[in-house]
Amino acid sequence: MSTSAESIEREEKLQGVGCSRKRKEDPRFIQGKGNYVDDIKMPGMLCAEIVRSPYAHARIISIDKTEALALPGVHAVLTADDLKPLDLHWMPTLAGDVQAVLADEKVVFQMQEVAVVIANDRYIAADAVQLVKVEYEPLPALVDPHKSMDSDAPVIREDLIGKMDGAHSKRLHDNHIFTWDVGDKESTDQAFEDAEVTVKENMFYHRVHPCPLETCGCLASFDKIEGKLTAYVTSQAPHVVRTVVSMLSGIPESKVRIISPDIGGGFGNKVPIYPGYVTAMVASIVLGRPVKWVESRIENLTTTGFARDWHMEGELAADNEGRIKALRVNVLADHGAFDACADPSKFPAGMFHICTGSYDIPNAYARVDGVYTNKAPGGVAYRCSFRVTEAVYVVERMVDVLAQKLGMDKAEIRLKNFVKPEQFPYPTALGANLDSGDYHTALNKVLDAVDYKELRKEQEEKRANGELMGIGIVTFTEIVGAGPSKSCDILGVGMFDSAEIRVHPTGSALARMGTITQGQAHQTTYAQIIATELGIPSEEIQIEEGDTDTAPYGLGTYGSRTTPVGAAATAVAARKIKAKAAKIAAHLLEVSDDDLEWDVDRFKVKGVPGQEKTMKDIAWAAYNNLPEGMEPGLEAVDYYDPPEYTYPFGAYLCVVDIDKYTGVTKVRRFYALDDCGTRINPMVIEGQIHGGLTEGYAVAMGQELSFDPEGNIEGNSLMDYFLPTAVETPHWETDYTVTPSPHHPLGAKGVAESPHVGSIPTFTAAVVDAFAHLDVTHMNMPHSAYRVWQKCHELGLDKAK
Amino acid sequence: MIPEQFEYFAPSTIDEVLKLMVENDEAKILAGGHSLLPMMKLRFAEATHLIDINGVEALKGISDKGDHILIGAMTTESELIVSELLQQKCPLIPEAAKLIADPQVRNRGTIGGDIAHGDPGNDHPSIMMALDAIFVLQSPDGERTVPANSFFLGTYWTELGENEILKEIQVPVAKPNSGYAYTKLKRKTGDFATAATAVILTLDGDTCSSISIVMTNVGPTALKAEEAENLLAGKVIDESLIEEAAEKAMSICDPAEDLRGDVEYKTHMAGEMTRRAIRIALQRAKGEI
Ligand SMILES: Cc1cc2nc3c(=O)[nH]c(=O)nc-3n(C[C@H](O)[C@H](O)[C@H](O)COP(=O)(O)OP(=O)(O)OC[C@H]3O[C@@H](n4cnc5c(N)ncnc54)[C@H](O)[C@@H]3O)c2cc1C
Repeated sequence: MSTSAESIEREEKLQGVGCSRKRKEDPRFIQGKGNYVDDIKMPGMLCAEIVRSPYAHARIISIDKTEALALPGVHAVLTADDLKPLDLHWMPTLAGDVQAVLADEKVVFQMQEVAVVIANDRYIAADAVQLVKVEYEPLPALVDPHKSMDSDAPVIREDLIGKMDGAHSKRLHDNHIFTWDVGDKESTDQAFEDAEVTVKENMFYHRVHPCPLETCGCLASFDKIEGKLTAYVTSQAPHVVRTVVSMLSGIPESKVRIISPDIGGGFGNKVPIYPGYVTAMVASIVLGRPVKWVESRIENLTTTGFARDWHMEGELAADNEGRIKALRVNVLADHGAFDACADPSKFPAGMFHICTGSYDIPNAYARVDGVYTNKAPGGVAYRCSFRVTEAVYVVERMVDVLAQKLGMDKAEIRLKNFVKPEQFPYPTALGANLDSGDYHTALNKVLDAVDYKELRKEQEEKRANGELMGIGIVTFTEIVGAGPSKSCDILGVGMFDSAEIRVHPTGSALARMGTITQGQAHQTTYAQIIATELGIPSEEIQIEEGDTDTAPYGLGTYGSRTTPVGAAATAVAARKIKAKAAKIAAHLLEVSDDDLEWDVDRFKVKGVPGQEKTMKDIAWAAYNNLPEGMEPGLEAVDYYDPPEYTYPFGAYLCVVDIDKYTGVTKVRRFYALDDCGTRINPMVIEGQIHGGLTEGYAVAMGQELSFDPEGNIEGNSLMDYFLPTAVETPHWETDYTVTPSPHHPLGAKGVAESPHVGSIPTFTAAVVDAFAHLDVTHMNMPHSAYRVWQKCHELGLDKAK
Repeated sequence: MIPEQFEYFAPSTIDEVLKLMVENDEAKILAGGHSLLPMMKLRFAEATHLIDINGVEALKGISDKGDHILIGAMTTESELIVSELLQQKCPLIPEAAKLIADPQVRNRGTIGGDIAHGDPGNDHPSIMMALDAIFVLQSPDGERTVPANSFFLGTYWTELGENEILKEIQVPVAKPNSGYAYTKLKRKTGDFATAATAVILTLDGDTCSSISIVMTNVGPTALKAEEAENLLAGKVIDESLIEEAAEKAMSICDPAEDLRGDVEYKTHMAGEMTRRAIRIALQRAKGEI
């Protein structure tokens, strides 16, 4: 490629890969011109509101709709009995289980969907909900997952009694869902027996919720004449929704149109299919009118897609020098009353096998048991690639615990155990195949940037004064970009993704993808990729996603898969166009393809200045002047099935100061270095990292959905549930290294989830480190002032003045 | 999240307000709405008739009356914060108002609503009690005054009679050689206090001649720590006396456990907020800060 000033100038004008192009989405959102599901109105539209269970576990004795139906403006009240004839009272989950659309004889979690009221507007519907009289017989609630498999535990899922062949394994108890394990148990057990040092820690990764600003909703409209169902849905995977809706309803997939309009954040919460969507669709089919259902904040936090809720026991075996020999993890996973985890179908524990982290660990074994409890279903990938947060948490915590036991520095133990640059691609003991990395450089860069030695010295002085200061270090490796369709599918559909690009005669382009943006700026960054590949200015490339009638089939956006899969499809589709363009250019210039070289936005005849055709020229020719036998047009589609996952990594460091009299923990410094391979738009990356760190801070320091012994949910409104504002949010320092992925067409990996996955254990590490000199090895999240104070109080630190 | 149907009135004079109250049994006054509307939306509070008093000019404003300041019940938190008169003559009020909720709430929420609601989580009750404020109440039977220190009877329960409104508040101006502080521990912006303490003290030389200590959200109403006050009044306050006072304050705490913390934590936090408030008030009285 030529590097003349003139061509550099042309390249800059394209605003392609590597440029901090401003987000194209923002002008619309900032001016309040976004178009979300709840903004969409249709003539004759009705509203749905859901009648919910006050109990966590109860038998439904009767449902009396009379009074509700008598209220003027109420069109229908639907219950499971009404859906039964259509066989729509249960639906499949993404995890191989079934979930009640409306409670069938029993309610199994508080605020479960019992009936749906359809009325002229939300106000009438809200009044009618109160008029639906449901009689319950309360049953004992099972809240503690450790008791799920007790012999006298109440059976939650009567529909599954006796069905001991689960979707993923044999079931060991009526409340057991699956056992999933990975690794060599024998060699791992042996390594533990032979080890000079072993450590073990129990940790609870609490139940949290992604809490996107926009709650979930659906506007369904069934056209009785055409037999066509159109639904606007807050979905991170509209094509999958279309397939499932078609399978459930029997409507041909060609007559189901799912549109994900603007989405106000998803973070995994908008991957599953919810009873609210289904009831809106059914109501529209039954009534022949558009029906809208939109959740309230409390409904969102309580009933749709929670995350985490894993009770983990981690163990490491090592030698006296701190060289790790084996990792063993046992997990009890609380999935609530239905297994509605959003994982690739064959992975009931998601990508948890990444739990060996960034380390060269020869032996490892992990086992996860999923159980039912009387809690809402979920287990979504909250800004993470399917249980990667849990995996990173357990290994990072355990490395710290080991360091403390050995009296080793927490940075040093990491440097000692990292997979070395020359070991890549590195097959882990649990079957991941790390594509590329340079962990030593990343961590050393961070340690230098913060003057780590000086920080440790300061900490020592503070400790001598009775002050609490903690330094947390995390060096994480993620597995993202699900995924190779040989192993990854959702309900049988392989997890490829797609792009379709059309170059118009005058040289601008339209591109459509199977993914869907929810704040990640796809409109901005996809255009940059095409700009660089095809030499068309970003500004002239229109990106569209989310309408299943127009976009090619794709599995959607979650699990950091857009860049690893969707962007790869985009690059490959663009390259198909470029290959055709080269032939057209050769034809126009009357030379052979081999005589051409690409220069930013044009093909040039090698060694003949002035002999060139720009992409614009070529686009025009594609519609009127083609080589003999070539079909007209300049378009391409690519369905990209990734050969491998990508493995972004990073090194994070956090410094906290703790007020021992109140437990208030102040994040003094947070330094985040990320390596996501090739950086498509540094500014968008920076924004995603800030967002992810802030969410990570929220999870670690405050977010929690807890339950009382009766199964009543606590903390399900924003009065309690922690969404940090600018006031609470720490100052973030960001940095990067670039280690491209060897198998991705652009060398890019995912990035937006790294800061969430990586920061959460960093906060825990920093808080625990503040107490490490007092032999504290672990503290469970959230590290609220209340909890941290309890530790101070237990240790008597809040007394001495 | 949608309240039941209600009828809405928007009078512009106090007389009209009182008349509407008499005519409509179940009527509720709507001030800033930031306590009432959330409860109505959750259908915890029923209000068949709402009397919106935002249009009643006579209930607004802050005026200088020499030895005291008169604050209309419909004065918003934001107005309290920016009032130069209060900043100079009664700085405890703006200091506390800044710590209430967030800008959206402070732009509409009123001092009168904050007091009349009778919520022990609200901040103004403690402030008013610490200041020895006097509330002017008005009903069709006329006007009466009630001292802040005998106004709060229990959770959501005050001296306000059935057809009575809180009209205005008289707060004494700060004395010479006095210091004040409001220390509040909360989980995040927009949260109520886990615990908070208001302190006003006056010095005579090095000796504390008078002190009031009132705590927020650690009992069914704001709690005046009288024993702690009695301990410190007439003494030269030092760290060990502060510690003793904090212990006495803690001994009257009776907080409700919630997600902010259990009884033990909240009680300890009330103690810690009390220590800090006394220290700051003392430093201010001495002119150290
Ligand atoms: C997210 C959030 C956080 C909050 N955090 C805090 C906090 O930290 N500290 C704090 O102090 N408050 C807090 N509040 C409450 C807020 O300050 C309210 O504005 C205040 O409690 C009530 O004042 P209002 O003007 O909004 O009254 P409204 O909500 O309109 O009324 C409250 C009650 O008082 C009655 N009432 C109102 N005015 C009069 C009157 N003049 N005479 C007789 N009765 C009257 C009403 O009928 C009603 O029963 C918070 C509120 C929210 C929504």
